[in-house]
Amino acid sequence: MIRFLLSRLIQGIVVILAVITITFTLSEMVPGGAIRNERNVSAETKKAQEEYFGLDKPWITRLGLTIKHYATLDLPDSYHYKGRGVDEIIASGFPVSATVGLAGLLIALVIGVPLGAIAALRPDTFEDRGSTLAATLGICTPSMVLGPLIAMFFGLKLRWFNVAGWFDTSDWVLPALTLGIIYSAYIARLTRGSLRETLAQEFIRTARAKGAGEASVVFLHAMKLACLPVLNFLGPAAAGLLTGSFIVETVFQLPGLGQFFIAAATNGDHQLTIAISTFYAALIVGFNLLVDILQAALNPRIRLHA
Amino acid sequence: MSTTAAESLSPSQAAWRRLMRHRLNAWALWFLVALILLCVFGPALSPYDQAQQNLELKASDPGMQHWLGTDPLGRDMLTRILHGGRVSLEVGLLATAVAAVIGVVYGMVSGLAGGRVDAAMMRVVDILYAFPFINFVILLMVVFGRHFWLIFVAIGAVEWLTMARVVRGQVLALKNLEFVTAARASGAGFWHIVWKHLLPNVMGPVIIYASLTVPGVMLLEAALSFLGLGIQPPDASWGVLIREGANAMETYPWLLLYPGIFFSATLLALNLLGDGLRDAFDPKSMARC
Repeated sequence: MIRFLLSRLIQGIVVILAVITITFTLSEMVPGGAIRNERNVSAETKKAQEEYFGLDKPWITRLGLTIKHYATLDLPDSYHYKGRGVDEIIASGFPVSATVGLAGLLIALVIGVPLGAIAALRPDTFEDRGSTLAATLGICTPSMVLGPLIAMFFGLKLRWFNVAGWFDTSDWVLPALTLGIIYSAYIARLTRGSLRETLAQEFIRTARAKGAGEASVVFLHAMKLACLPVLNFLGPAAAGLLTGSFIVETVFQLPGLGQFFIAAATNGDHQLTIAISTFYAALIVGFNLLVDILQAALNPRIRLHA
Repeated sequence: MSTTAAESLSPSQAAWRRLMRHRLNAWALWFLVALILLCVFGPALSPYDQAQQNLELKASDPGMQHWLGTDPLGRDMLTRILHGGRVSLEVGLLATAVAAVIGVVYGMVSGLAGGRVDAAMMRVVDILYAFPFINFVILLMVVFGRHFWLIFVAIGAVEWLTMARVVRGQVLALKNLEFVTAARASGAGFWHIVWKHLLPNVMGPVIIYASLTVPGVMLLEAALSFLGLGIQPPDASWGVLIREGANAMETYPWLLLYPGIFFSATLLALNLLGDGLRDAFDPKSMARC
């Protein structure tokens, strides 16, 4: 277990170093340069700005400095939002993305797991076909189509919610619903497939033979194993959801991390670009680790080894 | 399937039968064939050019002249949807081809090399799985401009990981089988074995996995175009059309609905066909039909 955690920690550090290096190199190449002023400034001022941010130093020195910033958690300022640290900007965008993402994840689980379970428990009935059809349709409806449709219906027609922005306390509902419906389709499909497979296994027959009730067979015995593929999917999905979907944040114009990232990438705001990518990578690494540990806890046949 | 019929069929013929046995799969296949033909030849047959504006016909309703109406610049929607479909399908197929080539080469090298090289190459894949790839794709688009070729190369370059794993697994299972040993014993060279014995046997899973990759790739292209980072107007892809439709949906909802329906139907058909292919080639499912 300790060896497993240690090897994962090293792997995570490799991921983060690689992500910093790649984003650093790519964002250096963004046309237009890093320092953009709204007014024309003299060459000396520009030079002073570049010196201030250390842009006059060679590539490798700056990469080393950037890595040092992250190693010591002393994060640099954004080039574009002058005087604001990249950590401050992440701290302002992440709660928006995380609220929407977490609510979306819960909606996806609340819809997806029962839908898939009903289909698996009554194979080849109307319920099975209906829920499979619904899941397939959900997978085939892209969020950039579903999002505007949801905005149009609940926002413009019924006028229950705002269509865009992040002002009212209810502004998380429509974006979360969009994410939740789409992810619930994947979860329903995975739940159905794996629960069906699990229910056909020997240990389920044993559980039934020793007189366990149907509810206990399904929820205590089968679900424990059947949720493994769902968990496997949820790890990376949760990381993606919490950090915000680029599409959903664009459709509903939320000031989340995704929007900040796109703006940073196009503005040449290297520091913010690197910071958000690194933050994403750290979350993905963290969630993958969490999933591995949960899986080992749920399935006694899985042993963690390096 | 009756056993007498199965005996006289080649494995691929049997798989084809199993695929077409399900009516939904057959529909999906014919829908895609029809759609591809329409997208390839439709724009040329249409009396309108996809970018040709007609400002007297701002966002007109569907009618005899313009079967699916026109957009706010008076461009014929049907022509634009078919043209956009061609672009989206092209990106989907080309990016999947890029991913397949990288994945097959990487997976074969890893599987054939075995041992430490294999372990190291697979560890690299594990590490790459944790990358925030969409961020890289967005950055690539910003850095290199929004060229058509870059879109599918960038998408293909991030979608090959699972393909590599699939191929490596196949190669590991195949390379010690008797027919390969027999070929080696009868003096076949390394490249002969790779080319004539391993590659053909790897192609089945590659095609199945590729058919499941195409819809994912098309979604990614549409997402990039929707964010304004992919195909650039006046050129159209379904992502571009959906973006334009979403901006105008309050007044002209059909501008969002029509491209959305085309896109969703295509994704549905591709998913059905991919699942159908997987079931048809999967030895586990053979008993069921």
